[in-house]
Amino acid sequence: MATTEPASDPAARGTRTRRDRGGVLPWLAAPALVFFVGFAVIPLVGVFALSFTTWDGIGAIVPSGLTSWQAVLTDPGLPHALWVTFLVMVASWAVQTPSSILLGTFLAGYQRHRAVLSVVYFVPLLLSSAAIAIAYKALLDPNFGLGAGLGIGLLSQDWLGRPALAFGLVVFVVSWQFIPFHALIYQGGVRQIPRSLYEAAQLDGAGRVRQFFTITLPQLRYTIITSSTLMVVGSLTFFDLIFVLTEGGPADATRVLALDMYKRGFQANLMGPASVIAVILVLVGLVLALLLRRLGGRDASQSQLEGV
Amino acid sequence: MSTTPTRPRHHGGPAIRRNWLGNLSAWLWLAVVVIPLYWILITSLKAQSGYYASNPLIPPADPTLDNYQFVLQSDFLTYFVNTVVVTAGAVVPAVTVSFMAAYAIVRGWSSRFLRGVNGLFLMGLAIPLQATVIPIYLIIIRLHLYDSLLALILPSIAFAIPLSVLILANFIRDVPKELFEAMRVDGATEWMTMWRLTAPLTRPALLTVTIFNALTIWNGFLLPLILTQSPDKRTLPLALWTFQGQYSVNVPAIAAAVVLTTLPILVLYAFGRRQLLGGLAAGFSR
Repeated sequence: MATTEPASDPAARGTRTRRDRGGVLPWLAAPALVFFVGFAVIPLVGVFALSFTTWDGIGAIVPSGLTSWQAVLTDPGLPHALWVTFLVMVASWAVQTPSSILLGTFLAGYQRHRAVLSVVYFVPLLLSSAAIAIAYKALLDPNFGLGAGLGIGLLSQDWLGRPALAFGLVVFVVSWQFIPFHALIYQGGVRQIPRSLYEAAQLDGAGRVRQFFTITLPQLRYTIITSSTLMVVGSLTFFDLIFVLTEGGPADATRVLALDMYKRGFQANLMGPASVIAVILVLVGLVLALLLRRLGGRDASQSQLEGV
Repeated sequence: MSTTPTRPRHHGGPAIRRNWLGNLSAWLWLAVVVIPLYWILITSLKAQSGYYASNPLIPPADPTLDNYQFVLQSDFLTYFVNTVVVTAGAVVPAVTVSFMAAYAIVRGWSSRFLRGVNGLFLMGLAIPLQATVIPIYLIIIRLHLYDSLLALILPSIAFAIPLSVLILANFIRDVPKELFEAMRVDGATEWMTMWRLTAPLTRPALLTVTIFNALTIWNGFLLPLILTQSPDKRTLPLALWTFQGQYSVNVPAIAAAVVLTTLPILVLYAFGRRQLLGGLAAGFSR
């Protein structure tokens, strides 16, 4: 920054500022870029490279060609983990999206208790996944939990011992944790719909349900894409909750890809195959993001940056 | 949100008639949210001896703080301090560098390089960054940082950047161009424009991003699990997990531990609630 230039000279100041803008801005982005490249981009490339090696997490890293890929791709555990990941994703999306839209629309409207509701609604998102998983484990304990204590048979089942129940529990707890967040996003989305649309619809005699389907839902289109992208990509990263709640069990019923990666890498010390799983995770995430972008007609995150 | 007392405000929502379906589902969901929280709280106040015999939803007649005392004696303070160090140590740099980057991206949108940087960060939103933990583990070992708090801080900063830049850029875009122009005419450098004009104007967004990142990092589990080993390096979520393994039969103590690990973040939320909710809603839904 040339501070020696006389401040009274407008011409000099003008050129300096122009040079400033071209020159300084990239440097302002540099620190973030360094962190991101160092701990996201390089690891991203690294995980791809590691998938062609053998490493036990401590010793030497030995190139091993396609061995890890071969091992993982022929392992029946992979299609299973992919399937479970897909099911968790779809089920939690299917539960969360309609609920969040309804809750968000409701919260955006006028009602007296909104303040109270919005305080409490958000609390699940504040708790760590570990805390939530631990609480639910105790709460649903077949012998000493809520169901047993109140004598409700439906609740006092062996939630963690039966595959279908454990799977349902994971979806429920995920929804419990994240519906508040997505409802908040939808609340913001609904508030941005021009009121004139509703007034016009009312003049045309459209009822509340009709208005919801012909105005609210279509207007929320991009919000739905944003929220779904976060949900879907986020569901790929469910690790802590499932790890603490079920450890992937019973009988691998909740062994999603992220957990599969951890177990292969950090429990079985097979970093090569674990890296293969990580690469698959990255690819699935990218494909899903592109798909959702197609679906929405534009990139959800980009749409926000363009500010519409 | 203005509160005009004479006329019910309903932004967009056609809520003129009573929305009984909405009301019902809202209260139902409230119950679903509240019951587990309430259960944790009252269980944490029960004596272990009477716990199994008591009705799970009725608060204890003789509440006790013994469980809290028990948890606090098990190095809770160490874990608490660790978590504070990691959270503050990651959030402050993460928000600072994200703000600088967001400013650069918005102001330098004509630069191909900065658009590329923006694209790179957006990519970070699309890919599950947890997939990079194995190389991160390797890098941390090579940097001789394994089993240190710094090992948790560095990757946490990187993971926080994409969303922070996105939200902050969204807000910086709303700063009227005339203000930048005025600063430029006054001869202010980009550095001054960024800190003296843009930072104060985007303070709500900065607060939102700070709280949100603090929340995420405070609750982080995977990084502490793979990057630390010693008990004295544990953060609260990890400590909670090991505690649960050790005292799985003592449910009231576990409940107390859950309350204790959540309490600080609840206090933070109580102070920053409006900010967080408003900022997130605006940052995501446009």
